[in-house]
Parts: sequence; C-alpha cells; structure tokens
Amino acid sequence: MNYNWNWAILIEVPYFDWLVSGLGWTLLVSALGWIIAFSLGSLIGVIRTLPSKPLRLFGMAYVELFRNVPLLVQMFIWFYVLPELVGEDLGRWMKRDMPFPEATSAILCLGTYTASRVAEQVRAGIESIPRGQSMAGYAMGLTTKQVYRYLLIPVGYRIIVPPMTSEFLTIFKNSSLALTIGVAEVLYQARQIENYTFQGFEAFTAATLIYLVITMIVVFITDRVEAKARIPGYGVQGKT
Amino acid sequence: MLAAFDFGVIGRNLPYLWEGMQLSLLLTGLSAFGSIVLGTILALMRLSGIKLFQWIGAVWVNFFRSLPLLLVIFWFYFLVPVVVQQQVDAFQSALIGFVLFEAAYYCEIMRSGILSISRGQAWAGYALGLRYSQTMRYIVLPQAFRNMLPILLTQTIILFQDTSLVFVVGLADFMTSAVNVAQRDSRLIELYVFAAFVYLVMCYFGSLYVKHLQQKMHR
Amino acid sequence: MIDIQNVNKWFDDFHVLKNISMSVAKGEVIVVCGPSGSGKSTLIKCVNGLEPFQKGTITVNDVSVGAKDTNLPELRSHIGMVFQNFELFPHMTAMQNICLSQLKVLGRSQSEAQDRTNTLLDRVGLEGLGFKYSSELSGGQQQRVAIARALAMDPFAMLFDEPTSALDPEMINEVLEVMQELARDDGMTMMVVTHEMGFARRVADRVIFMDEGEIVEDANTDDFFGTPRSDRAQLFLSKILQH
Repeated sequence: MNYNWNWAILIEVPYFDWLVSGLGWTLLVSALGWIIAFSLGSLIGVIRTLPSKPLRLFGMAYVELFRNVPLLVQMFIWFYVLPELVGEDLGRWMKRDMPFPEATSAILCLGTYTASRVAEQVRAGIESIPRGQSMAGYAMGLTTKQVYRYLLIPVGYRIIVPPMTSEFLTIFKNSSLALTIGVAEVLYQARQIENYTFQGFEAFTAATLIYLVITMIVVFITDRVEAKARIPGYGVQGKT
Repeated sequence: MLAAFDFGVIGRNLPYLWEGMQLSLLLTGLSAFGSIVLGTILALMRLSGIKLFQWIGAVWVNFFRSLPLLLVIFWFYFLVPVVVQQQVDAFQSALIGFVLFEAAYYCEIMRSGILSISRGQAWAGYALGLRYSQTMRYIVLPQAFRNMLPILLTQTIILFQDTSLVFVVGLADFMTSAVNVAQRDSRLIELYVFAAFVYLVMCYFGSLYVKHLQQKMHR
Repeated sequence: MIDIQNVNKWFDDFHVLKNISMSVAKGEVIVVCGPSGSGKSTLIKCVNGLEPFQKGTITVNDVSVGAKDTNLPELRSHIGMVFQNFELFPHMTAMQNICLSQLKVLGRSQSEAQDRTNTLLDRVGLEGLGFKYSSELSGGQQQRVAIARALAMDPFAMLFDEPTSALDPEMINEVLEVMQELARDDGMTMMVVTHEMGFARRVADRVIFMDEGEIVEDANTDDFFGTPRSDRAQLFLSKILQH
C-alpha cells in the first residue's frame, strides 16, 4: 500500500473549519429532526393503541408507508418531488424563498421517517402495560384521555427510554443521507476534503471518530437518564 | 397538473430499470448471506468463554453500529482499491462494506437466538459426546436460526432498502438507474414516485410474509 | 467405576457442593435424594463434566473428569445421561435424535444407526414412533426416547437427573419400568437423582441423602429405609413418604 500520509491536513485551514461546520449541520439536522420524530411519533404511536378503528388504520398506514420506502428515496421525494405537487404558489415558495431548502427538506424527511420508528416503540411500550392497569383506571371513573394522561403514557415512556436512545442515534447516523440533496454535514465535508486533497484516509478517519465520539457521549448521557427513569421492578425491557 | 406527467417514461425504460433491480437483489442476497455467516461467527465469539473473542465481537458490533452505513460505503469504495493496489469494481467494495457492516446487526439477532435456546439442549449434546462445534452445528444453531428466521428476514428487508445507498458511489442498482433515467429525461417526479412505489410494494409484501411466518410459528 | 473424592463447587460465593466423596461400583445402582437445592443435580452434572468444579477429583473408569487434558467428548460418549426436561432436540424426529450421536460421534453408518435405533425404540416400548417429533409425543414417551438416545451409545454407565419430576403422575411408571429393566436385565451401572422412593427401595443398592451441599447419609437401601441415622434424612423421608 503506497499512500502519502498527511494527518496535519485535518487541522489545516480551511479543512478543519469544514469539519466543524459539518458537525454543526449534522447536529442541527439531527436535533430538529428528532423533535419532529419524537412528537409526531408519540402521537401516532398513541393513535395506534386507541379504540377508534379509523384512527388506528391511519396510524398503521403511516408506519407502513414510511417504513417500507428507503430513506434515500424519501429524501429525494421531499426535495425534488414535493414542491411540484403542493400547488404552484407553495411550490414556488419552497423552491425560492424557503430558508435553507436542502436542510429543511432533510429535517422534515428524517423527522417523519423516524417518527414511524418511534411510533412503533411507543405503541409497544403502551401495549406492554398489562390491561388490568387501564381497567383499574376506568374502574376508578377516569376517561380514556385521563387513563392515557395519568397511567399509560407515564408508564409507557419510562419503558421506552432505552429504545428511544437507539432511535436518536439512528436519526443521528441517518442524517448523513442529507448529503445526497446537498446539506454540507460531516460526511459531505469529509468527502469534499478527499476530493480537494486526495487524503481520503485522513478525512474518513476524522468523520469516523466524530461519529464514534458523539455516539459515546449520547450513550453516556442516556445511561444516566435511564437510571433515573427506571421504575423499580419494572425494567423488563432494559439492557441485557 | 397531472396532465404534465408522463408515466410512459417508465414503460420505455423498464428493461434498464429491471437490470438495476437485478443488481439490487444480487447485492442484497450476497450481502445477506455473507453477513449472516459472519454475524453468526461473531455471535459465537461474543458468547464464547474466551475473553479475547468476546472483546473482538463486542468491539466489532459497537463500532459498526455507531457508524452511518453511508460512511462505511465511502470508506470501502476508497479503501479497497488503495489496499489491493488496482482498480476494483464498485460492486465488490460495496459488497465487502455491506457484509462487514450488516454482520454487526445480524450478530445481535443470532446472539439472542442462541441465548433463547435453553442450556439443557447444549448439555444434552455434550452428554452424548458431541464436541462444541458439533453441538452448535447440529443442535443449537439450527434451532436459533429457526426461532430468529422472522427477525433475520426483517433485517434482510432493511438491508434491501439499504442497498439503495450505493447510489452515492454510482453503482447501477435500481435506485441509481431510476435517478439516471430521471435526470436524462428530466422526469424526476415520475421516476422517484415510481421508485418509492416499487420499494413500498416489495418491502410491504415482504413484511406481510414475515408476519404470516410468525403466526405460523406461534401455532 | 465412578469415584468422587472431596469435591467442592462454588457458584460465585455460594458453596453448592461441600467435600463430596462417594463412589459407584460397576453394576451398582445408586439413588441420590434430598430436598431441592441440596446440590444433587449439580453433583450429577459434575460427573460428566457439564458443570465444572473447583476442588477435588472425579474419575470415571479411571479417567479424571476435571483434568485439563481429558478428552471430555470421548469420555461423555461412554456415559449416558437423561435429563429432567428430556432435552430431546425439537427440530429432529425421535429417530434423528437417537441417530445423531451414533453418526457423528461413533461414526456408524446410516443403516447401522437406524437398525440400532429401531431395536432401542422397541425396547423402550415405542416401536414405530421414530418419525414423530418431540412435540408430538407425551412426556413419558419423550423421556423414553431420551433413554434410548443415551443407550444408543452403548454407555458403560448411565446418569439420571430427576428423570420423572417433570412428568404427569400417570406417566412416571412407564419411565421407571424402563429404568428398572435396565438395572435388572442389563446390570447397568446407574447413578439416579430422584425422589421416587419406591423405585429406590426396589432397585437401588445404596441410597445417598444430600442436604445443603453435603452428603448426610450413604447407606445400603435396606438400612436407609429401615433406620436412617440422621434426623434430616428421617424428616425428609417422613415428608416424602406421606404422599
């Protein structure tokens, strides 16, 4: 293997700045996407457990649709196809005036996609609570809304803390797909460094380390959260 | 507005798109086979009594599960030609990347499959005079594999979706073919909607089959 | 045949076996009994090396089980073992269960193995049921297949780890009868962990009573049932014989 090593490239101007700004975009896209994924996913997950059949069907259709189309295809549809389908005025706005059209599309895409995964976890969490719990709630005279508000959701969410960690890491890793529509996140920048300098080894190593370190930080933090959220004697779904 | 769409472009390019789909399926099949084999070996390492093996297995799994697949694809597209010092087909580097990456996920599936087999089964094998390798091969792994078949298939459906990412290195799979036609004929909407539809139908029916299989097994 | 000397075993801090010494001579039938958690199942698994132990020695046919250079698969191929939960391989038919180790360990030919299997199935009263999967057999039938599976290796000794305690009451006898024939007609060397005191009285040469990881009593069958020397054995017997 003959290869001209040059690790110094990573701290040279402008390559270091590229990586930093790439990391910034990665974190921004992941975080905003996560807000959508968590709120929308929770809503759809709860909907899938409700007594109303049309609502349950809607929830199921959402999950199946987003889960069975590759994320890359979804990314292209959000960015290239949607502006053409939403009517002329909105379409023109999306193409011309929407701030950061690439990043916005990527955030919406990652958020709605990950929502389908979050929804499945939320549903599983709620369904894992024994039926006797909600019956006890109804027997006390609580309404459906109150049963969810005071019993199912608080318990369900504690059960699904560990899978939520891994879903956050999933959206973080998947945010790299945003490069296909031109968002200059970490991997985009690493490739750009490779193209400019031919130091692919160094550039990809830098990207690899960034992903590893962020993952470790997230796991470290969420381990703490998990310990707090655990209900004594209820941690069946925890790590094995 | 719909009048502006020309879905005939799909019919005209169907043979080309089908070639792409064949490559997608081939890549999925070979990657799934390779990574299930490798993943099973890693699972056995993680469950072995040998500290070094446990460590290798754990590091492998945690390393690859921390990285985006896209990064791994770029890595191997760049790395394999440098290491072997000659031009390499993008298919081969993609295949290597997929096998090493997906093995981390299949490993965890096989690990829980092996753990789901009671200790008594292995004891019974040893008590008959079978060696470790024979006990695993004839008794534990066939049962683990069968119990995990639905989850292995689900992971393979995910793998099939993941193969669309080879678009970034220009390998002519179904996705790349769709993009090529879309750009050449300026028919982005038709082609992307069509691609989504094809993936949706294939993966949805795949997942229905998995559900059917699960119900059959629980009976 | 089986010689156990000063064996000690710990699960982490828990001392499961305390200075166990006992032996089984060729052709002898030994019943090991005692309350649950007394360590008897652990002890029998130590005999063919399924459970490791930390101190002491166990030799079977003059081969040391705990020694590093012992070829355990080879040794185990000469010791039959029957488990509490049968442990038939659920993905194989009864025939395949019994053939597996004949083919893979003894290197018998397919037809040789099948002939032997058919003979053994006849012998345990299951002629013609070789094509069944374990899920299609009753508990008693499964345990008899498991005995046939162990016998197929032509073992010089058999270990039984609570062979009837997972069975419904009406199936216990069909298994005990097979075991009794094995002892009487074949003169098989047997070490049997069981609560079946009727079987012990009829078949065993000696009875060993364990409690809290120790051997409390090791006596001839008649002496044991006549006048157990220890209070603990008396208490155990009075509890178990009431039923």
